[in-house]
Amino acid sequence: MRKDMGEHAPISKSENYAQAGLCFNDLACVRGGRMLFRGLDLSVEPGEICHVTGPNGIGKSSLIRIAAGLLRPFAGTVSISGGVALSDERLALDLHQPLTKALSYWAGHDRSAPDAVATAMAEMDLLGLADIPVRMFSTGQRKRANIARVLAMNVPIWLLDEPANGLDSASANALGQAMAAHVANGGTILAASHTDLPVTKVKTLKLADYIA
Amino acid sequence: MMRALVLLVGREIALAYGAGRGSSGFLLPIIFFVAVAVIFPFAVGPDAQLLDRTGAGVIWVAALLASILPIDRLVQSDLEQGFIDQYVARGMSEELVALAKIIGHWVSFGPPLMLACLLSSALLRVDARDLLTLEIGLALATPALAALGVLIACLTAGLRHGAALGGLLLLPLAIPLLVFGAGSLLDGGRNGLLLLAAASLLLTAITPIAAGAALRAGRE
Repeated sequence: MRKDMGEHAPISKSENYAQAGLCFNDLACVRGGRMLFRGLDLSVEPGEICHVTGPNGIGKSSLIRIAAGLLRPFAGTVSISGGVALSDERLALDLHQPLTKALSYWAGHDRSAPDAVATAMAEMDLLGLADIPVRMFSTGQRKRANIARVLAMNVPIWLLDEPANGLDSASANALGQAMAAHVANGGTILAASHTDLPVTKVKTLKLADYIA
Repeated sequence: MMRALVLLVGREIALAYGAGRGSSGFLLPIIFFVAVAVIFPFAVGPDAQLLDRTGAGVIWVAALLASILPIDRLVQSDLEQGFIDQYVARGMSEELVALAKIIGHWVSFGPPLMLACLLSSALLRVDARDLLTLEIGLALATPALAALGVLIACLTAGLRHGAALGGLLLLPLAIPLLVFGAGSLLDGGRNGLLLLAAASLLLTAITPIAAGAALRAGRE
């Protein structure tokens, strides 16, 4: 079902990205004894952004977590080829550390290029906060740091849960540009959000069509 | 995998010895451990014979109780902040994360405890021969105590009053360590160290698997 993506050897970006993608087949999800959705078929190819929409509690985050391998689907199959980067409401950065160091911890796990962290911080306009401990950040700054963590990863598949939450319009634009650049490079994005994404050319998946 | 393990263990040690998870870090259990040795003579009186008979046993009890204190800081915050999910999304196994936490926790718990044991032994007038047995025993038992602490932390991480529950869960599992560890201090009981080593090895070997399963189950 899931390919092991723990220790992928560093391969060139295009080659790595071209074979990536994710595919759900007849997927069903049960949380707390309640079936959230079923019969979901979805395939997101390289170069595509899929926007999962729907009201609160319909199972958008659960779908993202299934794609990330954090939840087991109740039925159906998930096939993911390529490494995934996950951004949800939790920051996963050490709060007492300055931003650069906190991001570098993950860069170490991901074997990112030496300048990946700096580039990601520049893209999300975080360079001015590089030496500030993460715990001092505002909600929007934390969200930007969260997205920078994804940008620094250099993996083909992005799983974003409410990526624009708490962002001001300038930061939302930066996010939109980063997403557009990622798919232009052959990346794949699955983004869940109850609001519009700051990008054009998305295909939309209305989760409400699959409620049981 | 080695690289991930090194990074994970490094972070655990940095958090325990640094400012990460509250300034208490590794120090609080050690202070508690020594404090037991400080107050015990107040309770039973400074009778040299009595202290001689009971001192080393009290140190074992103190070591067990001290191992309960760090449980609430080992896993809960990582889970809440999303670290564990990020590891899993990167394809690392929960068992690897648990193993790293055990190693990291032992480094910040075992050696400091063995050092503090010198102080406790002086306070309780443990003689040199018993002190040696005690230190060997602690060297053998602390990996298992650290492993059990991580296991309990993984089991209770999602619960609201997990910290209080942790102590109740750890003590029964740690009883073999106490029995063999304190037993090795009896006259002619040194072979108890072999049983202690066996018990410790078993506990340390199975806990990463159990703790990994607990992390997975906690996500569902």
